[in-house]
Amino acid sequence: MQDPTVSNLDFEYRYGFSMPQKYTFKSKKGLDQDVVKSISDIKREPAWMRDFRLNSYRIFKQKPMPSWGADLTDINFDDIYYYIKPTDKQVNSWGDLPKEIKETYDRIGVPEAEKKFLAGVSAQYESEVVYESINRELKKIGVIFCDMDTGLRKYPDIVKKYFGKLIPPHDNKFAALNSAVWSGGSFVYVPKGVKVKLPLQAYFRINAERFGQFERTLIIAEEGSYIHYIEGCTAPIYTTNSIHAAVVEIFVHKNARVRYTTVQNWSNNVYNLVTKRARADENAVMEWVDCNIGSKVTMKYPSVYLFGEGAKGEVLSIAFAGNGQHQDAGAKMLHFAPNTSSRIISKSISKNGGRTSYRGLVQVMPGAKKSSVFVSCDALILDEQSRSDTYPYMKIKENDVTVQHEATVEKIGEEKLFYLTSKGISRSDAEGLLVNGFIEPVVKEIPLEYSIELNRLINLEMSGSVG
Amino acid sequence: MTIIKDINFNFEKGKMYAIMGPNGSGKSTLAFAIAGHPAYKLESGSMRFEGRNISELSPDKRAKLGMFLSFQTPLALSGINVFQLLRIALANKKDPLALKKKIETIAKKLGIKSQLAERSLNEGASGGEKKKLEMLQAAILDPKLLIFDEIDTGVDVDALRTIAKFMNENKDGKTYILITHYNRILHYIRPDKVLILMNGRLMKVGSAKLAEEIEKSGYEKIMSNVKS
Repeated sequence: MQDPTVSNLDFEYRYGFSMPQKYTFKSKKGLDQDVVKSISDIKREPAWMRDFRLNSYRIFKQKPMPSWGADLTDINFDDIYYYIKPTDKQVNSWGDLPKEIKETYDRIGVPEAEKKFLAGVSAQYESEVVYESINRELKKIGVIFCDMDTGLRKYPDIVKKYFGKLIPPHDNKFAALNSAVWSGGSFVYVPKGVKVKLPLQAYFRINAERFGQFERTLIIAEEGSYIHYIEGCTAPIYTTNSIHAAVVEIFVHKNARVRYTTVQNWSNNVYNLVTKRARADENAVMEWVDCNIGSKVTMKYPSVYLFGEGAKGEVLSIAFAGNGQHQDAGAKMLHFAPNTSSRIISKSISKNGGRTSYRGLVQVMPGAKKSSVFVSCDALILDEQSRSDTYPYMKIKENDVTVQHEATVEKIGEEKLFYLTSKGISRSDAEGLLVNGFIEPVVKEIPLEYSIELNRLINLEMSGSVG
Repeated sequence: MTIIKDINFNFEKGKMYAIMGPNGSGKSTLAFAIAGHPAYKLESGSMRFEGRNISELSPDKRAKLGMFLSFQTPLALSGINVFQLLRIALANKKDPLALKKKIETIAKKLGIKSQLAERSLNEGASGGEKKKLEMLQAAILDPKLLIFDEIDTGVDVDALRTIAKFMNENKDGKTYILITHYNRILHYIRPDKVLILMNGRLMKVGSAKLAEEIEKSGYEKIMSNVKS
């Protein structure tokens, strides 16, 4: 017997509610130089950032749409609001938040999560960070964790040094778009030798129709430091398409370690086109844990540029594609130095006509001796209508390296389903259990509250009528 | 292909049955068919459980009525441990901590190492460990009818003793069907009735003594006796 409350939920997106809009500023639809200028003006940005935006806008106009990957032909750049500012100023306490916003967060569960073990919450409502509660301990140890706009205002020197240096505007069309109209996102700076034990978490949210969210995140981990940053995304459901084009740049200095965990659950009308890149210096470790459950289309390939000798990069990813969804996800590892190592573990699931693609690039440059590469991508296809493809590119320009590549494609076995159903588990629960077992090697790397959420999401998706 | 033919038998509540027969006689097929394996179709006749026709019920519905099948070769399930399986099988109704405790207690009785209960189910487990894990699931799910397919295959003597002891201690009010090729398990458990299956037909029904006869003379002899 299926739990009736669960099956009722199947018919609507779990977070598919939207609150009345109460905005203080909303740019006109579509994008031109004036919109870009006005975003910069409202934010009272320094000239260099304004120029950076305008230059990025020009690059965005020139760049063609990617000719590979997922189908993006439905995106209409003229039909999107590029900037919305929901409230005048940011608030520091929960009580100061406007009621609708509080309700939105209540439904996502921010305060509960916070009660447990949050080091700090920076939640994004529309394009502006409106709620932020920073653990006092963070400040004491010199860690900066704020929204990107505040970061630019308060720490212009650090921002200028790193902003756009790893992902320049001309990297790709969506990075250019983000660079032109970015708003919000997180700025994190961890001083030398500081190890932040609790993960920093940020919740992101889109709440206006046809509104693209262009958050920008910059993380700098100084020598010997450690930080774990977590972003969880949810969005209300809408009938027209929204874009989420984020840029995340991470600098992992010598002997530092950064882990960046994403649980992405955009509603099924969002184009999720995100550029994420990290630079790892000598003996630094960069780990991306990337879970893509929602969105209409996701194109995301977290990458690590292994610049320093002995640097390590890792991407653990999960993609789930249901009806009408295409998850084109993967990883990029570039080995520039000797003794560098990279590990990519990708698990994808497609169901109800969904499509998953693993797209990966591993490049070992000449001279990156004794480097090691490990790539493992497993796809699980749940029915005949669904599809999975693998595009693993390897460019190895050095002989003295170890390269391992494994790929499997499997269907859910009838015998396993019978084994579970004969124990009294319904067929859909049995499928859910097998899927959760399939992704377990990645899920176990995710903090408990997120992994529970993830398992719940998968079970909801598995129980059939979503999408 | 018709595998099971003309079996008309009533398993009585609270009794211990052994189904014996040579390889390929249809024992496992019968077990799968009773549990509702989708690969097996009922061509004619019906199956009843406590008076209810279960012929059309899916395996999970049959299990929910109180039926349990332990596989001859329990499948390895990556990333799923016995706790997760049982939690969902019980539809999350039981308090997870109480369930965990109960699993631990029974696992201890069955001599299942605690790390085994936390690992992926049946993955890298020995034959005996797998069967013990099946027994553990049965003990938690508390079914009325328990079918054990080849419970003594690939199981060492110590594990077999432990399993048999556990069965003997937990048989009150339960109906057991032990499917076995040899009668190893029957050295430790005395069945109320022994059924001989050959070529998909129920050839003979007897007391525990029948199993001893088979051990002595083999199936051929029994079959020729039946024929003559």
